Amino acid sequence: MIVPMTRLDWTIDPFCGLNRLHRDMSRFFGGPSSAIAQFPALNVWTSENGVVLCAEIPGVDPKDVNVSVEGNVVTVAGERKADSTVPADRVHRGERETGTFSRSVRLPYEVEANGVEARYEWGTLRITLPRKEASKPRKISITAE
Amino acid sequence: MTTQTAELQTNTAAHTRDLPVVTPATDIYETETGVVLFMDLPGVSQEQVDVTLENRTLEISARREMPAPAEYQATHREFGSVEYRRAFTLSDNVDRSKISASLKNGVLRLTLPKAADAQPQKIAIQSG
Repeated sequence: MIVPMTRLDWTIDPFCGLNRLHRDMSRFFGGPSSAIAQFPALNVWTSENGVVLCAEIPGVDPKDVNVSVEGNVVTVAGERKADSTVPADRVHRGERETGTFSRSVRLPYEVEANGVEARYEWGTLRITLPRKEASKPRKISITAE
Repeated sequence: MTTQTAELQTNTAAHTRDLPVVTPATDIYETETGVVLFMDLPGVSQEQVDVTLENRTLEISARREMPAPAEYQATHREFGSVEYRRAFTLSDNVDRSKISASLKNGVLRLTLPKAADAQPQKIAIQSG
């Protein structure tokens, strides 16, 4: 007699589904964790002379990332693809999302689009955006009569 | 025979240091010859990742430092310095001596081959 094998041997974290539900709900309703749920996660650092933008983009070929600057808005867009080299018979865990992504940040001032540098290392992207000379504050000297 | 890779609840209290502990997102695939695990560890270099195997417990930990760029002020923050940590229990049919790990673009890839006797074997049917 042949008994079909049941695939119930995978141990499941009893709270995994609940956590996922909470995450999905808060993403849908814009709860407190929705900012973290956005991909890629961003850090913005500013100074008088420019902006440094860091993004967590693991598992993406740098060729599939596009950084664009328009006025004072910088956009990081691209695609995270699934690894196609693994001939998977079964997926035991699939937490790493794939697909296209795009996030834009409005900067406090215009930046020099020609001077923008982007570097991808260990799955993080670091973009350096120098401030446009014309947008820097000018000191106006007052002449006394 | 199927391969089990049950997740362990790591005792975060015992590991609490100065950094928040993050459970990295993981994909686990089973192939004919073994199990392949992908884990997102952005911002971590090879030297900062520890993969340890003790009995049947496979533990992955990494420390990610995110120093602020000099002379800049944080305007918006969504991530910082963290300690990544996650552990799994391997089933007996993994060939523990042949586990290999690599890191590319912030993703750790672990290949856990099945022991030879656990791999499916094709049985030839002879026509009589």
